[in-house]
Amino acid sequence: MNSKTKAIAQNAFFDVLALIGSIAGIVIGLIFAVAGRDQVIAFHGWLFAAASALAAVYLIKQTFESGEEREDNGYFDGPVRVATIATVFWGVVGFLVGDIIAWQLAFPILNLDLPWTSFARLRPVHTSAVVFAFGGNALLATSFYVVQRTCRARLAGRWSPWFIIWGYQLFLVLAASGYVLGVTQSKEYAEPEWYVDLWLTIVWVVYLLVFLATLTRRKEPHIYVANWFYLAFIVTVAMLHLVNNAALPVSFLGAKSYVIYSGVQDAMTQWWYGHNAVGFFLTAGFLGMMYYFVPKRAERPVYSYRLSIVHFWSIIFLYIWAGPHHLHYTALPDWAQTLGMTFSIMLWMPSWGGMINGLMTLSGAWDKLRTDPVIRMLVVSVAFYGMSTFEGPLMSVKAVNSLSHYTDWTIGHVHSGALGWVGFVSFGAVYCLVPWLWGRKGLYSQRLVEWHFWISTLGILLYITSMWVSGILQGLMWRAYDSLGFLEYSFVETVEAMHPFYIIRATGGLLFVIGSLLMAWNVWCTIRGDKPVDIKDQPRIAAAPELRDSPGAAQPVAAE
Amino acid sequence: MARPEIDSVTGVETTGHEWDGIKELNKPLPKWWLWVFYACIIWSIGYWIAMPTWPLVSDFTKGMLGYSQRTVVANSLANARAAQSGFLDKIAASDLAGIKADPALLQFSLAGGAAAFGDNCAPCHGRGAQGAVGYPNLNDDNWLWGGTLDDIHKTLQVGIRSGHEDARDNAMPAFGRDQILEPGQISDVTDFVLSLSGGDANAEAAARGKVIFAEQCAACHGEDGKGSIELGAPNLTDRIWLYGGTRDAITDVIRNSRAGVMPAWKERLPPETIKQLAVFVHSLGGGQ
Repeated sequence: MNSKTKAIAQNAFFDVLALIGSIAGIVIGLIFAVAGRDQVIAFHGWLFAAASALAAVYLIKQTFESGEEREDNGYFDGPVRVATIATVFWGVVGFLVGDIIAWQLAFPILNLDLPWTSFARLRPVHTSAVVFAFGGNALLATSFYVVQRTCRARLAGRWSPWFIIWGYQLFLVLAASGYVLGVTQSKEYAEPEWYVDLWLTIVWVVYLLVFLATLTRRKEPHIYVANWFYLAFIVTVAMLHLVNNAALPVSFLGAKSYVIYSGVQDAMTQWWYGHNAVGFFLTAGFLGMMYYFVPKRAERPVYSYRLSIVHFWSIIFLYIWAGPHHLHYTALPDWAQTLGMTFSIMLWMPSWGGMINGLMTLSGAWDKLRTDPVIRMLVVSVAFYGMSTFEGPLMSVKAVNSLSHYTDWTIGHVHSGALGWVGFVSFGAVYCLVPWLWGRKGLYSQRLVEWHFWISTLGILLYITSMWVSGILQGLMWRAYDSLGFLEYSFVETVEAMHPFYIIRATGGLLFVIGSLLMAWNVWCTIRGDKPVDIKDQPRIAAAPELRDSPGAAQPVAAE
Repeated sequence: MARPEIDSVTGVETTGHEWDGIKELNKPLPKWWLWVFYACIIWSIGYWIAMPTWPLVSDFTKGMLGYSQRTVVANSLANARAAQSGFLDKIAASDLAGIKADPALLQFSLAGGAAAFGDNCAPCHGRGAQGAVGYPNLNDDNWLWGGTLDDIHKTLQVGIRSGHEDARDNAMPAFGRDQILEPGQISDVTDFVLSLSGGDANAEAAARGKVIFAEQCAACHGEDGKGSIELGAPNLTDRIWLYGGTRDAITDVIRNSRAGVMPAWKERLPPETIKQLAVFVHSLGGGQ
């Protein structure tokens, strides 16, 4: 009993601490709401206070309803479930906004002549929604799921995991609403202003601590490779975020701030950040995801342990140098450009190490590509990963970059990585996680996954091929001279030439959005507990771990 | 552990680790992978030796090839300039009529003018210089500030209401907004202006409008409404309208006035380019 009373006292302590935190949040929010120098920060103050108040109410309610223990398989999965749903929700939002701005490029009248719906404000909503909201929640959900399973340890913290998940959603809402209302610090992929950055810093540090604490609790002698990648992602993103967002607010009660760097140093810091956001957020983090879900779903061992070590450390060491390749032929000194280019070339094989380990893990299970669309999604994501990590070093070569830079080719490159790699590996993980987390025998419909896969793949192909063609066309038109040494085409003519490709791209994007809606529907029905329509086609591994051993695939799933 | 487990499918031993059912094979690094990785590193080292690469305390390693991006840009700009210098020097030395008279210079100026027009003028005047509402068509012979080579050249240099000290400038009063005329009077003047170009006008109203026009408008637009190039006042008797020729559009201009702006290109483009632009615009069809 002694240990039990101790645990209760400990819980009470953490409850009080969490409550104090929420009340502090309410106070800080109200200060901004009342004394804020501009409307946006005041609005954000109200939002912040309201979110903190909700947290406080929930905490108090929990305390009075204590005694009732929640289901417990030894793991802390509530936050994982929320983050999984958030992944699907933000994914649909982010893809939809992306497609809207794609149509705006083809038909500028769709800007509607309103500041809030203009391309300039919606574009960061799109990028943040897909990278940080969709991708970020996918990473939060899977990292919390994977670290618990591969360490055989419960997630550390009583309220911290909840704080991370909901605090992160609050960050996303503050960021996106700020963009629409015209608040931005004008740094690509780092648009939120100083106070939103500070909030993210707090959330992120807690994330790092929870992840580390869970690792130290592990009951396995070794740390699984997926966790190396997740940890590298968390640590490096913290560093990138802090350095790139160093800024001085004009007033501590106003939204506006000035970044402390200027000129070429600012550009270099920005692209050191920007490239490593790709490297550590969109690559390392998602490699962590790949290293769990591919072998797990294929039920095969990872292809090579040694390769995973070598390519992990070489990626970590080399990636951080590659940022300057975004600034070829600019005011950036030659030496920095050389380093950015050569380190990008050297990065090619380390990146491909992940692809080899992902694809070759399928050895002995290739037949599953035919029967299981979820594993097919995961494998195709690895293929897209391999393609874009070849294309990236190629585009970093200065001679290639002189043609590709500032053109749609770059947009196509980013999207083959984003839609193909990040999108598909996350979809695959979500399709795995939902039945596992909600205790279902399988997905509501595997056929819907087939449809999702093919519609999205078609969409991605339309997207990247149109951007290749238009990007190269654009680059060639820009550099064309006539015999007398004058530019062959005016800028307006190059824009006009892009028009058909913009329509093809937006159509591809539309297909991708439709695919994500199918996923949302499928996930919704699975969570609701609808009887799966094709359970006999689904692999054993599709079921939640506790339901896997009962044979009879045709058995009906327990409703609800 | 005693003996490592052998994976039955591949026949390769595992590392003996297991996490949540996931094992790892103890495979060596793929040979081709390793060799390509080494090749990339060796190539990079070679590149570092050849090119500027490593930062030092106050300088950086220059590389054996002595490459410098600034030098490359400066050279290629100088080369481009040198390739055109035969023409550019002559254009700089020659007056506009002289350029027009020399077939080689004319051809060069038309090509250069078209390129400069595409990047600097087309956004407002249209790619074919066809104009748009508020932006004159440059293909016709209807000129607000004159259509000779010299007129066009001056307009290009100083702009229209550009803020340049010699800018082409005038201001039509906002007869309605500034309450110079009653709404009824503005309506009458509209009818008169419509009648000048044979538009659909009420004869009685136009007759009343004619009196007001003579008092208020003729100073610039002339008694007959044919306008004045010296003052930049449009001819109202043709059917060419900068802001639209409908009754509503004309009423709107009388009521609120209009004052379009064109930048002064003198500060933005080299003098040779402005000359080429003048020759190009003059050649579009309406040059006088």
